[in-house]
Amino acid sequence: MTRPLRQVLAEAQSVPLEIGWLPETKATAPALPPEEPPAVVPRGSGVALDLKGVGKSFGDKRVLGGVDLQVRPGDFLVVVGKSGCGKSTLLRLLVGLDRPTEGEIAIGPGRDGGKANARIVFQEPRLLPWASVLDNVAVGLPASLSSEAAWKAAETVLADVHLQGRADDWPSVLSGGQRQRVALARALVSHPDLLVLDEPLGALDALTRITMQSLIERVWHAQGFTAVLVTHDVAEAVALGDRVVVIDEGRIVLDLAIDLPRPRERGSAALAALEGKLLDAIFGVAEVVY
Amino acid sequence: MARLRLSSLTPYALPAAVIAVWQAGSALGVISDRVLPAPTDVVAAGWRLALSGELLANAKSSTARALAGLVIGGGIGFGLGLLNGLSRAADRVTDTTVQMIRNVPHLALIPLVILWFGIGEEAKLFLVALGVFFPVYVNTVHGVRGVDGQLVEMGRIYGMSSWTLFRKVILPGALPSIFVGLRYALGIMWLTLIVAETISASSGLGYMAMQAREFMLVDVVVLSILIYALLGKLADVLARALERRSLAWHPAFQNH
Repeated sequence: MTRPLRQVLAEAQSVPLEIGWLPETKATAPALPPEEPPAVVPRGSGVALDLKGVGKSFGDKRVLGGVDLQVRPGDFLVVVGKSGCGKSTLLRLLVGLDRPTEGEIAIGPGRDGGKANARIVFQEPRLLPWASVLDNVAVGLPASLSSEAAWKAAETVLADVHLQGRADDWPSVLSGGQRQRVALARALVSHPDLLVLDEPLGALDALTRITMQSLIERVWHAQGFTAVLVTHDVAEAVALGDRVVVIDEGRIVLDLAIDLPRPRERGSAALAALEGKLLDAIFGVAEVVY
Repeated sequence: MARLRLSSLTPYALPAAVIAVWQAGSALGVISDRVLPAPTDVVAAGWRLALSGELLANAKSSTARALAGLVIGGGIGFGLGLLNGLSRAADRVTDTTVQMIRNVPHLALIPLVILWFGIGEEAKLFLVALGVFFPVYVNTVHGVRGVDGQLVEMGRIYGMSSWTLFRKVILPGALPSIFVGLRYALGIMWLTLIVAETISASSGLGYMAMQAREFMLVDVVVLSILIYALLGKLADVLARALERRSLAWHPAFQNH
């Protein structure tokens, strides 16, 4: 029965609580020094995204239409909208899971002018329960890599997500947040040019979500990939995005640039105002009943 | 430590109690020797046959048949199960036929099998292989179908080749179900073999029991029956050990 206790301790060590980011204490906490970029992998090059009149229909139903979107390399784009608004469809188009029925999507070019390396983090961790944490991360590496090099790369990226020491554990003994960090490590280990996150924090509790958001922001800053995050949490959107796009009924209804320094102060007036703007766009001002 | 050892003996308390009552009944004359000889007589018979080498020879020849039948029937069941689990087309072509054959009790084929193969080894191998085929097949198909589609999608997106996807996602995902099939097959394996040996054989445990019946050696008959029970348990223990080893990741097999 010593195991759970050991786990609890290990967890406590591996999740640094960034107290300065918690709403309750932000008033008194001194301004955080800019996060040291974790000693990671060489900074990858983000790719540009260029969507021209992109649409997708399933039979007669047009779930996405006339989406024009240009994203600069290394930008953090957030897509928000109600469920069923077409944001997941947009995301599937971006990673090539589906082909658009109208318009064109240009991604890249990737490093050395090759095909862009796109990775996706799902809402569920989707870890292989029969593989150790380390082997799960190694899934993100090309099969051609020798197992020794793969383990080394996987160990490095596990440290980036604060899971060093959990390499040999089974996913079933990890908490929800830890599992999602393994999934993030799996996506990051191949140094993607484009990282697509499909509501990755939707299933986590509020505090874990805040820790995870700052973690995502830090690895994005360190690695320099282009990030596309789909979420329905407007607070998350304004905390992380360089730019937030609101989709409603298959169209972009708002394209909002957010030019605030990072890390952003949660609950500040500037963010709250932006959140309000987003909510208005999502629900339509007229719909809100006072 | 003492408590740990005691608790590991708990499952054997009931069989031990049954043997004790049986021995007492025989000693008091409640149980007739012609119906059921005392456990000590059975052990003595076992010792006699072990010394003559008969017991080992018969057990060996039965085990060899059982394993050969298991490998053949289980192998075919596993292969076809994978094929039908992975390919809808193959499933459409073969599954209906397999299900029809499955519902014929395979022991009902004994007269036909004897006509085909005589009373040689082939007849027994055929029956055992046929018997173990179905549980392995059904559970393999079920296991492969039950693999989490989200994991398969993840594997595809992360660029796994079909072979890697099979090796790293589909097969491990199907394994718990395949083990259920295997354990079920082991039971059927012994059952089929003993019946087949009882009807037609010139060696093996079933043959030993039938010979003993001819000469009214009740102790040897009972001995054979007890050996079946032990072999069945042994097969199950081995299967469980294998299961525990390959399913160490499964929450059901952790912290035990």
